[in-house]
Amino acid sequence: MKKATAYYLMLLLLVAGLRLPAAAQSKGQDVLIRNATVMTAVKGTMEGTDILIQNGKITKIGKGIAAPAGVKTIDATGKYVTPGIIDCHSHTMLDAINEGSLSVTSMTGTRDVLNNTDITIYRALAGGVTAANILHGSANSIGGKNTTVKFKWGHPIEDYPIADAPPGVKFALGENPKRSNSQPQPGVQPRYPQTRMGVIETDRDALIRARDYKQQWDDYRAGKTKVPPRKDLELDPLVEVIEGKRLVHAHGYRSDEHLNLMLLADEFNFKVATLQHGLEAYKIAPEIAKHGTGVSIFTDSWSYKLEAYDAIPYDAYILWKNGVVVSINSDSDERMRRLNLDAAKVEKYGGVPEQDALQMITLNPAKQLGIDKRTGSIEVGKDGDVVIWSGHPFSPYSRVETTIIEGETFFDRQLDAQHRIDMAKEREALEKLDVNRAPGSGGGPPRIPAEKRQSERDRSEFGEDDEDGGGNNR
Amino acid sequence: MSSKLKVQSSKLVGSLAAFAAFALSIFAQNDGSQQNKTGRAGTFAIVNARIVTVSGATIENGTVVISGGKITAVGPNSSIPSGAERIDGRGLTVFPGMIDAGTNLGLAEIPLGVDGSVDVAETGNMNANAKAFKGINPHSSHVNVTRVNGITTVLSYPNGGLIAGQGAVINLNGSTQAEMAIIPEFGLVINYPRLAGFGRGGGGGRFGPQLDFNQLVQRRDAQIEELKKIFHDADMYAKSKEAYAKDKTLPYPATDIRLEAMTPYIRGEKPILFRAERANDIKSVAKFVTDMKVKGIIIGGQEAWKVADDLKKADIPVVFTNIYQSVVRDDDPYDYFYSAPGKMQEAGIKFCISTGDPGQEVRDLPYQAGIAGAFGLSKEDALKSVTLYPAQILGLGDKLGSIDVGKVANIVVADGDMLDPRTNVKYVFINGKMLPLTSRHTELFDSFKDRKAP
Repeated sequence: MKKATAYYLMLLLLVAGLRLPAAAQSKGQDVLIRNATVMTAVKGTMEGTDILIQNGKITKIGKGIAAPAGVKTIDATGKYVTPGIIDCHSHTMLDAINEGSLSVTSMTGTRDVLNNTDITIYRALAGGVTAANILHGSANSIGGKNTTVKFKWGHPIEDYPIADAPPGVKFALGENPKRSNSQPQPGVQPRYPQTRMGVIETDRDALIRARDYKQQWDDYRAGKTKVPPRKDLELDPLVEVIEGKRLVHAHGYRSDEHLNLMLLADEFNFKVATLQHGLEAYKIAPEIAKHGTGVSIFTDSWSYKLEAYDAIPYDAYILWKNGVVVSINSDSDERMRRLNLDAAKVEKYGGVPEQDALQMITLNPAKQLGIDKRTGSIEVGKDGDVVIWSGHPFSPYSRVETTIIEGETFFDRQLDAQHRIDMAKEREALEKLDVNRAPGSGGGPPRIPAEKRQSERDRSEFGEDDEDGGGNNR
Repeated sequence: MSSKLKVQSSKLVGSLAAFAAFALSIFAQNDGSQQNKTGRAGTFAIVNARIVTVSGATIENGTVVISGGKITAVGPNSSIPSGAERIDGRGLTVFPGMIDAGTNLGLAEIPLGVDGSVDVAETGNMNANAKAFKGINPHSSHVNVTRVNGITTVLSYPNGGLIAGQGAVINLNGSTQAEMAIIPEFGLVINYPRLAGFGRGGGGGRFGPQLDFNQLVQRRDAQIEELKKIFHDADMYAKSKEAYAKDKTLPYPATDIRLEAMTPYIRGEKPILFRAERANDIKSVAKFVTDMKVKGIIIGGQEAWKVADDLKKADIPVVFTNIYQSVVRDDDPYDYFYSAPGKMQEAGIKFCISTGDPGQEVRDLPYQAGIAGAFGLSKEDALKSVTLYPAQILGLGDKLGSIDVGKVANIVVADGDMLDPRTNVKYVFINGKMLPLTSRHTELFDSFKDRKAP
C-alpha cells in the first residue's frame, strides 16, 4: 500500500514536472514581440512589425513600438507570427467521448469530462493551437453539448472554457449514428436508427418534442396554465437550438444528408452553425451558402470509409468560391499538431489565396464558434493569442517556436528543451527507487493505466471502437 | 448508376462548353493530346529547368532527355534528339519520382466497413506464399491520386499473422499487375513478436488478460521460437528438395508451397521485412538476423535510432513509417517521431521515410519528409529519404531515385520544392511515359466546381 502511494506520488511529480513552464509564468504577462513578419489573417502580411500585448489583449501593432516598462520582449527577427490556430472539431481532453446508449443525449456535455492533465494539450500548443471546439462524439443522432476552450496548460480547469463562447450541441448523420461500423453485441437489439431515413426522423422527432415542450413553458409563463411543465434536461438544449441560442455542429459526410438537415432546420427556423467534416459539401456549395451555414472540413482525408469515398481536396476551394465560411479541423489529437500544413494544401488544390487559407485555421473557426470578436486574427483589441514560427507557417520546414495565449507563454521550444533535461534527471532518480525496480528484483507488476491511450483514440480513424462504446468519430 | 450519371450530366449541359475547354486545357498543358490513363511513351526533352538530381549537384538551368523509358541525357547543355517533344521547364524543377517503401497500396480501397475491398491480411499465422503482387488492384483510385502528387513507386505489402506474405515493388502505372511490377516478390513480411503491449501482436489486447513484464518476455520468446522452428522447417524442406535434385533414387519430397516460398529468404538471397517499432524489439530483430544469417529490413522503426549499433552491425536498414503518429508515452517529447529521422541520420543508420499508409494517404509522403526536415534532418537528406534512400533499400539504387543517365525515367516536374504542400506537380513520368494529371479527385472536381443551385 505504501509502495503504491509512493508510486503515485512519483507519477504526480512527473506530471507536475511536465507542467512546470506554464505554471512558472505569471498570468497575463505583458509582452512585446519585435520585428516579425506578421500574418494578420485580415489585413495581409506585415514585415518588420511589432505586436504589443497588454493585460491579455493586443494593444498595438506597428513598427518600432517602444517597450513600456516591465514588458517582456521577444526578438522575432526572421520569424513569422500568426494568430493562434483554432481547431473547430476536437475530442482532446475528454475522458469519455460518446454517450452512445441513446439516440438523443443532449442532456450530456463535454464540460463534465474535460481533463486538463491530458498531455495532448501541450502537444497541440507545440503545433500552434490555442483554442478548440471540444465536441461530443458522433455515435448518435443528437449527441452532447460542446465546450469551446483555450488551451491554458497548467491552469485550473475553470480557466479552459471561453466564458462568452455561445454554447453548442453535436448532431451526427450517416454511418456513425447508424452504427454501421461497430460490432453489434450478440443478443442485443440494435439501437434505433439503423438507416439514414431513421436518423433524420430521430432529429425531427427530437425537435418536435422540444418545440412542444417550449410551447408548454411559453403557455405557463404567459399565465395560460397554472401547472409548470416538468423540467426536461434532454429538451432544454434543443429549445435553445430552436431559439437560435445554441449552435448545431452537425457531423456528416454525404451531401444529401447535409441538405436534409438544413431543410429540417428551415422547418424549425434555425440555422445549422457548422457542417462538420462536410467532405461532400462541395456538391451542394450553393445551397450551403444560401442557408448561411459554415463548413468545417478535413483538407484531404478520404477513402477511409464508404461515405468518405467522394471526398476531394478541392472541397475547401469550391466552398470558398461560393462564399461559404470554411474551417479546417483535425478531429484528431495527432492531426491537430499540423493544421498549418493542412491549410497550406488548399493553396495547391484550387488556388485559395494565402490569407484566405490562413483564415481557415484561425478567423473562420472563430466565426463558426462565435468567438471571432475576441480571437482568430491579429488586430488591436483582440486577445493576445499568437504563434511565433521559425519560418513561413505553410512551409513543412517550419516549427512553432512560441505559443502565446492572452499574453501568457504556454509553449516555448527553448523552455521545452530545458524541460527535457530536467525530466531526464527526474526519470533517472525515479528509476532508482525501490518501488520502480523491475519485477523479480523487488518491483511490483507494471501499472496499466485505466484511461484510454492517445494512440488508441486516434486509431479510431480506422474504425476500432473505443472502450466507452463510442466507435469512431470521423 | 449510369442513369444517375445521365441525370447529373444533363444538369451540367449549361456549363459543358466551359467544362470541355477546361479539360482540354489540362491535357494541352500536360501533353497536348487525349491519352489513355496509362500514359504516352515518347522522346521528351524538359528544357530550361532546374534539375535536382539528388545524387549530385543541382543544375540551375538544364535539360533532361527521356527516351525509350530511360533518362538519356542530363546537363546544362545536353543536346536534344531530333523529334523530341520539348517541355518548357522555365520556373519548374525536375525531381526523381518519390518512392514509399512501406505501404499497402492497392490492397485496401476502403479499409473501414467495406470488407470486400480489403485484401491486406490473410488469415492464419504462416502465409509466406501470399503475394501482394496477386492482390494489388491496378485500378484502385489510390494509384492515380498518389502518383499525381509525385510518388511514382511504392512497396506494397501484406501484414497479417506472424509471417504475412511477400511485398511487391510496383510503379504506380499499368493496367495489369505485371505492367506495374518492378519486383513482384521483393521481400517476406514478418510481424516480429513484440515485447509489450499496445496494438498489433503484443500485450493482452485491450480486453485480454493483463500480463506482467516477465510474462510478456516469455510469450515473446515463445513466438520467436515458433518463428525459428518455421525457419528450420523451411531449411529442411529446401535441403530435401536439393538432395532429391541430385539423387533421384531418393523418395520424392512432397511440395509445400508455404515452405517453398521461404527458400530465398532463409538463404539470405532476398530481404525479410521485419515490422518492429520499439528499441527492445528492434534489438531482438538484429540478433535474429545475425543468428539466422538472413537479410533484414526494419519496417516501422520508431525507436531505431536508439539501437543504431545493433542495426549497423547486422547491416539492417530502416523504413521509418508514419512520422505523423501520435507520441505514445506521456513523458516523451512532443517531437519524438518528428526528430527520429534526423537522429537516425546522425547515428549513421541507413534509412528512408515512408507513410506506412494503407493507400489513400500515401500522397502525403513529401510532407512527412518535410517535417523531418524541420526537426533535425537537412532539407537535402529529407528529399533523399523519399527518393534515393528508398531506392537503395529496395535494391534499386542503380535504377531509381535520382536524375542520372541510364536510370528509369520516373520523373516529376513541379513548380517548387516537392516537399512543400503548396507546390503543384506539373508533369509525371513513369517508365518514360507521360501521365495525365487526372484522378478520382480531379474528375469529381470537374463535375462539381461550376455547379449552380437550380
